This record gives sequence, C-alpha cells and structure tokens, in this order.
Amino acid sequence: METFVQLVINGLMLGGLFAIISVGLTLIFGIIRLVNFAHGELLMVGMYLTWLGTVKLGLHPYVLAPPLVLVLFVIGVLIQRFILQPLLDARDAHVQIFATVGLSTALINLALLVFGADLYATPASGVRESITLGPFRILIGQLVMFVCGIVVVAALHLFMERTYLGRAIRATAQHRAAAQLMGVDVKRIYIVTFGIGAACVGLAAALVAPIYPASPTVGTYFVLTAFVVVVLGGMGSLHGAFIGALLIGLVDSLSAFYIAPDLKEVVIFALFILILLFRPTGLFGLGRGSE
Amino acid sequence: MLTLHEVHAGYGRTTILHGIGITVGAGEVVTIVGANGAGKTTTLRTIAGLVRPTAGRITFEGEDIGRLPPHEVVARGITLIPEGRQLFPFMTVRDNLRMGAYTPHARDRMARTMDEVLDLFPRVREKLEQHAGSLSGGEQQMVAIARGLMSRPKLLMFDEPSLGLAPIIVKQVFDVVERIVATGVTVLIVEQNVFRTLSIADRGYVLENGEIVMTDTGATLLRDDHVRRAYLGI
Repeated sequence: METFVQLVINGLMLGGLFAIISVGLTLIFGIIRLVNFAHGELLMVGMYLTWLGTVKLGLHPYVLAPPLVLVLFVIGVLIQRFILQPLLDARDAHVQIFATVGLSTALINLALLVFGADLYATPASGVRESITLGPFRILIGQLVMFVCGIVVVAALHLFMERTYLGRAIRATAQHRAAAQLMGVDVKRIYIVTFGIGAACVGLAAALVAPIYPASPTVGTYFVLTAFVVVVLGGMGSLHGAFIGALLIGLVDSLSAFYIAPDLKEVVIFALFILILLFRPTGLFGLGRGSE
Repeated sequence: MLTLHEVHAGYGRTTILHGIGITVGAGEVVTIVGANGAGKTTTLRTIAGLVRPTAGRITFEGEDIGRLPPHEVVARGITLIPEGRQLFPFMTVRDNLRMGAYTPHARDRMARTMDEVLDLFPRVREKLEQHAGSLSGGEQQMVAIARGLMSRPKLLMFDEPSLGLAPIIVKQVFDVVERIVATGVTVLIVEQNVFRTLSIADRGYVLENGEIVMTDTGATLLRDDHVRRAYLGI
C-alpha cells in the first residue's frame, strides 16, 4: 500500500510537468488549428539553453526559468510570424503542419551539429533533495514541477476568462470570422498564442533539465506523451489537458512499477489508441461543432 | 458616408459583384433587395473587409477602406451583424457582448453601452450568464444584434436578421431594428422580408446577378411593378 501511494505521488508530480508541456500544445491546436510537431524541439532548445545558463553563467535552473519563458515566447512569436503565417493563405492547410515537421528536423540537426549526440546533464543544487512525509518521499524538483503545473494552468485559465486578449483568443477559436467582425486581428491572436505555447515549454525546460539530461531528441519523449495527454483531455481544452496530464502521469508511474519500466510507453500508447477508438473527442472535448 | 464605386468582388475565380455602385448617407436606412445568389451578402462582406474587392473603390467618411482587413474596418465604425448569428457558442452571453466592444473606441465606454443595449433587450439581460449556444434561434438573433450595437457603430449592417426565425420572432426582430433606426444610427440592411424592409427604408437598391438594376426611395420601390412581381409576389 505504501508503495502504491508513493507511486501515485510520483505520478501526480510527473503529471504537473506533462501539464505544462500539454497546455501549450493544446492551446496551439485549439486556437490556430495547428498540430505543432516542433513542440518537443522547442523543449529541447530550452533545455540546452538551461544547461548553457547554468554551466556558463553559474545560475540555478530555476532562476533561469523567467528569462527562458521570455526567450521561448519570442522564439514562438518569430516562428508563427515568419514561418507559419506566410503559409496561412496556402491552398493546402497541411502545408503548415509539414512546416512544423521540417522545423523539428532542422532543430534536431542543429542541436546535433552544435552539441553532438552527448547527454548534457544540468547541475542544480537542491533539486534532488527530498521532503519526507511520514513514509513518503517527494523530491524538491518533482514538487516544483507539480506546483508550477497548477500555477500555469490556473494562470492561463484566468487569462482566458478575465482579459480582453484572452476572450479574443477564445472567440477566435470558436468562430474565427465572427471574431474578425468584432475587430479582432486574427493573425495577431495566432502570433500571441504560439508565443504562449512556446513560453510554457520554456518553463518546462528549466524545470526538467536538472532531472533529465538534454540531448537532440529529448523532446520526442516528452511531447509524444503530451500528444496523448492532449487527445485524452480533448484537443483545445485547458482543464482537459490538466486532468489528462495527471492521469497520464499516474499511468506512467504505476505501469513502470507494476508492469515493467520498458513497457510504460506501450501502456500509454495502448491507452492512446483506445481513446481514439472509443472517445475521439477526449474527456472534455467539445466535438467538432466549434467551427 | 459610405460609397461603393464600380466594385467587383467574388470568391476565387468566381466573380459575384460586377461593378456595383451604392451610397449610404449619414442617418439613412438603405436596403439592398435581390434574389438568393444575387450578391447581397457578398456586398456586405466586401464592405466589412471579409471579401477583398478585385476592382473598384469603397470609401467611408472620405477614406478608402477597400483594402483594409476586417478588424480595421470595424475600428472605423462599420459593424456587420452576420447572417446566421455567428455567436461564440461556448462563451456566455455577457462575454459575447463584451467581445462586441472589442475595439479600443468601444472598450472605453463598454459599461455604459452595455446598460443602454440591455435596456433595448430586456430578455437578453435575463440570459447574461448562459452560454450563447444554449439559447433559442430568436434569442441568439437578439444577442447577435445586441453584440453588434456594443461596438457603437456609425454604420450598422444587417445581413438577413429574420432568416430562419418563427413569424412572431420575426416581428420582434423588426421592432428592434425600427427602434435602432429611431436612435439615428445609419443602417444598411439586407433582408428576405422585402415588404417590411422597404417600408422602413429611406432608399433601396435592387441587385440582380451582381449588378444594381434599379434604385429609388423605399416607398417608390414598394409601388414598382417589377419589384412587386419579382420580390413581393404580387
């Protein structure tokens, strides 16, 4: 029983990290209607930047989080403005998706060129120390990921509900033409949305780097899982992504222990196929009625 | 106030409007009458910036607005209440109305505008916290009109406001349109209910196959043989 509770704790903490990565992905999907295949590579870029900042500047990864959020926001803005937006009027909407696949490949190879295929572990004091609660242990690094996950989702929720820009983003997702008639500059909304999605990944990178070493393909592992989360929660749904992230975190943690560590991804993707078969709109999906 | 001069527009390679000319003066109520597919909706969408004219000029208060994107047209005071309501279904009625006041000019005075608009639509006030998608067709149309008014437009364009509504609701919609007209807003309206619309319009244009074939005062058009045969079924 104690083992089980410990595994649940581990799973929920991991879920916090998945939540941060997934909300960015689900925002970009829900609003721009774009599956961003370069999402993991943005995480990878963020993790190398974290390593650089830690090793070269001697800063703690957590101190690097705010500037990383800013840097990734700007990178996201530039990608949407100069790579994806010119393709908006392309005859075939899939061109944008191919562009993100191309961007992903380009970034992986850029990382190989600059850093090689070695693993870069980011040193960080205190992250692997733990808090003891009776018989249970929580790593500081895990707890920070979990708390940040909750804060990010709550902050985004408030932003979407309470601000003019947030409402305009939701309106654009629900009815693009009508949003334009209200005076919303839809291209600008897309730029901001991609920026926010990338900024989330910037935060995730700073949190995950001390726990998981950076490598050119590190993004794939996390973002494939994030895709499962997004589909499970319902594409475009913020709280769906949050609940989905916690569930997948639990599945990851429990199946690694009770089935086999090597097979946890098999379990996650079996779940993915089951969702697609039986509930393709996900737990909180709105169906395809929203344009 | 608004002038369309020799405007051509369409979708892809299909040209819908073949050089139409329309003027709307400040304070006027102008209607465009025509059969389905004549280009009425395209005309309004072109003015709103959703369709880009391929030739011709559109000027509003002396400024050429023919190449502006929709959000900049709205910012200049032209608001289109689109056919089929086009509300934000998963947002509350209140948030839909707030979206109506998105332009900086309207945002500054949103609280006051909201009060004024809700006085015009007491039924909408009762539904403020409901999702727009959960309302009936008639209620949605009222919200769509209220949302349009939230922008404090100088020129308000209606596209088929009574389409698909029950007769009793149609009457309510027209009552509302008449009350809006009475406040002095300039109105350009496209409406299948030709008789009722011509009765409240100062002037009308008859649009056939993308060309203006006739224009006169509303009262004169109501008595015109061609209009009566083609659009009033008399």
